[in-house]
Amino acid sequence: MDWLTEILKAALLTVVVFTYLAVVTAMIGVYLERKISGWIQARLGPKHVGPQGLLQTVADTVKLLQKEHITPRQADVLIFNAAPIMVAVAGLLDWVVIPFGRIGERVLVVRDLNIGVLYFAAMASLTVIGILAGGWSSNNKYALLGGLRSASQMVSYEIPLALGILWVAMIAGTLSTVGIVQAQAQQGGWFLFKLPQLDYAGAPFGILAALTFLTAATAEVNRVPFDLPEAESELVAGYFAEYTGMRFALFQLGEYAEAFAMAALAAIMFLGGWLEPNLPAWLWITLGLAAVLVVVLLLITGASRDLLIRPILILAVLGAALCVVMFFGVQAGRSPVLPSPVWFLTKMFALVFFLIWMRWTYPRLRLDQLLNLSWKVLLPVGLLNLLITGFLITVVRAP
Amino acid sequence: MGELAAFIILACVTLIPAVVVVTSGNIVRSALSLIPTFLGVTGLYILLHAEFVAGIQILIYAGAITVLILFVIMLTAGGTGTRIRQVNEQVPLGAMAAVWLGFLILLVIFRTRWPYTATPAPQYNVASIGTAFLTDYVLIFEVTSLVLLVSLIGAIIVARREE
Amino acid sequence: MPKVIVDWLYVAVFAFVGTIMAALPLGIVWLLAPRADLPQKTLTYESGVIPFGQAWAQFNVRYYLFALIFVVFDVEVIYLYPWAVVFRQLGAFAFFEMVIFLLILLVGLAYAWRKGALEWT
Repeated sequence: MDWLTEILKAALLTVVVFTYLAVVTAMIGVYLERKISGWIQARLGPKHVGPQGLLQTVADTVKLLQKEHITPRQADVLIFNAAPIMVAVAGLLDWVVIPFGRIGERVLVVRDLNIGVLYFAAMASLTVIGILAGGWSSNNKYALLGGLRSASQMVSYEIPLALGILWVAMIAGTLSTVGIVQAQAQQGGWFLFKLPQLDYAGAPFGILAALTFLTAATAEVNRVPFDLPEAESELVAGYFAEYTGMRFALFQLGEYAEAFAMAALAAIMFLGGWLEPNLPAWLWITLGLAAVLVVVLLLITGASRDLLIRPILILAVLGAALCVVMFFGVQAGRSPVLPSPVWFLTKMFALVFFLIWMRWTYPRLRLDQLLNLSWKVLLPVGLLNLLITGFLITVVRAP
Repeated sequence: MGELAAFIILACVTLIPAVVVVTSGNIVRSALSLIPTFLGVTGLYILLHAEFVAGIQILIYAGAITVLILFVIMLTAGGTGTRIRQVNEQVPLGAMAAVWLGFLILLVIFRTRWPYTATPAPQYNVASIGTAFLTDYVLIFEVTSLVLLVSLIGAIIVARREE
Repeated sequence: MPKVIVDWLYVAVFAFVGTIMAALPLGIVWLLAPRADLPQKTLTYESGVIPFGQAWAQFNVRYYLFALIFVVFDVEVIYLYPWAVVFRQLGAFAFFEMVIFLLILLVGLAYAWRKGALEWT
């Protein structure tokens, strides 16, 4: 009965991953989003529930659990209830192929599918249906318009997204997410900066591919500057205008799960996933000293008393500690110095920070600009990048 | 044993929503019921170890064709709120055709000597599909792009006329 | 069991158990949350006025055109996946085969561009 044990193991893992999504991506994600948004806008963000407002999202969840579910009179009740579940489950399924790290010979991944990144793209495409179904079933004009906009935006950006994924698959020669990380380990560098056969000369192509992917990923998860489907100032809240309480929370969970999954996939494909940055010891200590210098400057000038400067101080202290640990680790000849999930999570959260940062930097695009960017810029650029990189590594620098 | 159980479950996942597709009075529900059907077929591909085809099935059918169908439905005059009948006076004729087709298929199934070939099924992994495309079937591969081009141009012409 | 089957068994279990877990909070809400049926409350939101007509109305043909172009390019991208995995073993010849494939499709993109099918007017 080995299949029965596999099913039980899978069910257990589902519970673990779902809890991870609810706690890390939804609760911590929303908290970080609000805190960082506050910081960028020179305000404090949530502050009152728990230390530094840490329990704010927990309180929010408890509140949402007690909220009444209001179903619009003319809604299609069955689809109205199924749509948020579908979005949440699609977000959950993305995480099946995301490797978190490697302990010894064991890779921490639910399943290393042979078609890993293709599977990821397929699951991301399922979200569109949930959003369209939610928008339609509400029987609300704003919701339907938001759903249609969202769907046309997401399908438009699915092609550049796939081109970014394909670029990496082409370089690594595999579709498996674990295989992609191992290909980077083998050549000793991230695909962002270093390509096989081209070495560091491949950096422009890697950066271009990463930008294509990240732009498309941002649009795919409907985040600013591509948040037209939810534009609160014109469409109220877009496709979930009629959703209340926990059903709304499920949409949010799905969106955050997917946004984090996109960040995780970008970290895996371009930033080496769980691999430790392979820097010489002197570089680590230089970086560490620079961070210490920032800390000292902030403390001497007294700027650290300013609540808005304090996050910089905390980040500098953490960075300095990391660099010092890495310095002594590399000196002692340990490799890897830190457990691999630490690096994966660091890279993922750095990219999530980037997404939140972008939100407060760029204004929302108009619909025609949005579609132009996808079809007339990202699609040709992605294709050309694929072809030129392919040309260079097969014809010019043939192995 | 496990394989048979999986097949029966997947067949139910495929067929029950398929019945909803052709009987539901609401056209959007019909379209959305296609998704479990497509996913069930994905499972059947997996039972055949055709992983790449299964991925395509989700990406193209569940993720793209369904969106296209939903968009087309939302374009229909009069909107999507109206209930429609999916059957008309030609039901007996259709039923006869369906029974005849079912009979033919059953006949073929029972007349074939299974297993059909003695050689094991080829590996349907991505690499072997890619190799086949780029070596033995390269002409078909290039013609596919022409077919796609024609369909793209045709789609634009048709949609422009409708405007 | 073969790896493919186990892999996708996990995916299936994830989908099934995930659906249950996602539906669970909805059940909790059904038990916990108050319910008060007021006729005004179940009206859809339309900026404060009573909604007029049906929201399920006819929609714009432009959405449809983009969906069509998308399906064509999505199918094209599918062909790129097997190529991307093997072309380094097959070398320059395979690369140029793909260039021809893509050039034919770029003609399609150029056509759509010229005809204004990518324009949101």
